[in-house]
Amino acid sequence: MSMFNSVMGWVDARFPATKMFEDHMSKYYAPKNFNMWYFFGSLAMLVLVNQLLTGIWLTMLYNPSGEGAFASVELNMMRDVDYGWLLRYLHSTGASAFFVVVYLHMFRGMMYGSYRAPRELVWIFGMTIYLALMAEGFMGYLLPWGQMSYWGAQVIISLFGAIPVVGDALTEWIRGDFLISGITLNRFFALHVVALPIVILALVVLHIIALHEVGSNNPDGIEIKKLKDENGVPLDGIPFHPYYSVHDLVGVVVFLFVFLTVVFFFPDGGGYFLEKPNFEPANPLKTPDHIAPVWYFTPFYAILRAIPDKLLGVVAMGASIAVLFVLPWLDRSPVKSIRYKGWISKVMLALFVVFFILLGVCGVKAPDVHVEFLPFEMTYRVLGQIGTAFYFAYFILMPFWTTKETCKPVPERVRMAH
Amino acid sequence: MNKFISVLVLLCLPVLAQAAGGGHNEYLVPAPINMDDKVSLQRGAQIFVNNCMGCHSAQYMRYERVSTDLDIPPQIMKDNLMFTTDKIGETMISAIPGDLAKKWFGTNPPDLTLVARVRGADWVYSYLTNFYADDSRPWGVNNHIFPDVGMPHVLSNMESELGEDKFEEAMADLTNYMVYMSEPVRAERERIGVYVLIFLVILFIPVYFLNREYWKDVH
Repeated sequence: MSMFNSVMGWVDARFPATKMFEDHMSKYYAPKNFNMWYFFGSLAMLVLVNQLLTGIWLTMLYNPSGEGAFASVELNMMRDVDYGWLLRYLHSTGASAFFVVVYLHMFRGMMYGSYRAPRELVWIFGMTIYLALMAEGFMGYLLPWGQMSYWGAQVIISLFGAIPVVGDALTEWIRGDFLISGITLNRFFALHVVALPIVILALVVLHIIALHEVGSNNPDGIEIKKLKDENGVPLDGIPFHPYYSVHDLVGVVVFLFVFLTVVFFFPDGGGYFLEKPNFEPANPLKTPDHIAPVWYFTPFYAILRAIPDKLLGVVAMGASIAVLFVLPWLDRSPVKSIRYKGWISKVMLALFVVFFILLGVCGVKAPDVHVEFLPFEMTYRVLGQIGTAFYFAYFILMPFWTTKETCKPVPERVRMAH
Repeated sequence: MNKFISVLVLLCLPVLAQAAGGGHNEYLVPAPINMDDKVSLQRGAQIFVNNCMGCHSAQYMRYERVSTDLDIPPQIMKDNLMFTTDKIGETMISAIPGDLAKKWFGTNPPDLTLVARVRGADWVYSYLTNFYADDSRPWGVNNHIFPDVGMPHVLSNMESELGEDKFEEAMADLTNYMVYMSEPVRAERERIGVYVLIFLVILFIPVYFLNREYWKDVH
């Protein structure tokens, strides 16, 4: 131990190793009443590490060219290289897992008001990570160079063509060609494996620095820093390490059980994680019958299609993500957590979840198909329009109901989950 | 609130499951596949190289992999199952030149390595067993699963020789092989997966008690 202490003393005189460990781990005080919704932040970090490590090794096997990409996946990764298939499935399932975890993490924030002052920047950095993650997922999806890679990218890139005046020139500039080709593949590869991972890592650091500056919110939405003991330690706070490091470990094992069940037994994810047409090489001359984006984009794709005009559809889709950035200023409730908000907030949040999932279903389905699970006649187009209307109404009306409704009194101290 | 939302999400699940199902073709039947039946897979491989590979390739599959995975000795593989090459490390490329195939059938015969993953095992099995006579088509046959398909009923001789039951068995073997070929590692990944999950269940025990030990004093 003294050997360790003298080495740490030497390091600490030159680099703030112990100070950093204390600031962010052993003396970072987190509220003691976290519930299971608080697992998803650390799980997002775990999936990020999984994506980075498997991604590095996949890069060694991948051939970023129109002629070689598909074969490098199906021949090199899936067949020739030992455990190449495992790296590939960990990465492809990891992409979907990333969005599952991030959506649950964002929902947690919406439920307990984690975006409210003084945590607006934590939320905005988080939303920027989400945006970068969507770009990362989109560009990564082109790389296997299957039919859905190709035509999905075709649909999304053509959206930029809806912008007046510069639209066509812009799509050509993004593709680097008159149609999606090996040139597009090469630039998406560069952005997917170098540029965006750097951006995402930097944003994760900002997200956590901002969080540790203001401290974590909790299911009661109470500021634990208001009540401190004589040493300046929040009365309702406990050191992140070891309490939450051992706690998150439980979450990690449970998550890995679910995640690896998919990796080893259902890597296609029922055709949602790996879409069936993507097992056919990209063919610019053959359009698939039905082009559906990967599941994590479908709610926003449904919003895009809900508007009959292409330009306005693109604007609506952009607005549906932009509005999330200003959420901290739309919620004007005197309380943070849903536990103490009025019934309108509770009903609206529940409906928001339902409509967000329904929008996701609409994005998968062809617009003119009738909705099978409704007792009356309705097409997915109409359902998507209703969902879109609710999505925007939720945010636009939030300033009104949050100031009008009666909230419950917030206690002084946090309540334990069990 | 948590429970309220969990219930709502659960209520949505059957909706999602139903929404995931597509249209139905009455001729589509479930394929009796069994990845552990090596004999069936070997018979399927034999039918594949003898009948399908005249026109179709499996360009992402090597003969050597088939030989190793299906316990076919390399010499037997070379002597009986390889017609276009004598190098066992080669991929399974058909003998037919592309432009000639296009002239004969109006379209290039698609590569079959991954067809079972694109269409599904049931589709492949149903397609193989659902040819019927139709004089309006160039080859005199049509298919219930793939209407107006460009492919002739290559296995019609086999069908009349074997009789319906035996033919369906042979097509089950062929489908089995094609499912194997579309993802040769499938059996291995499921085998490894069981150990991985058992490991995680065991790992959960110390992790759970470690957490409980630390948290027992937090109230």
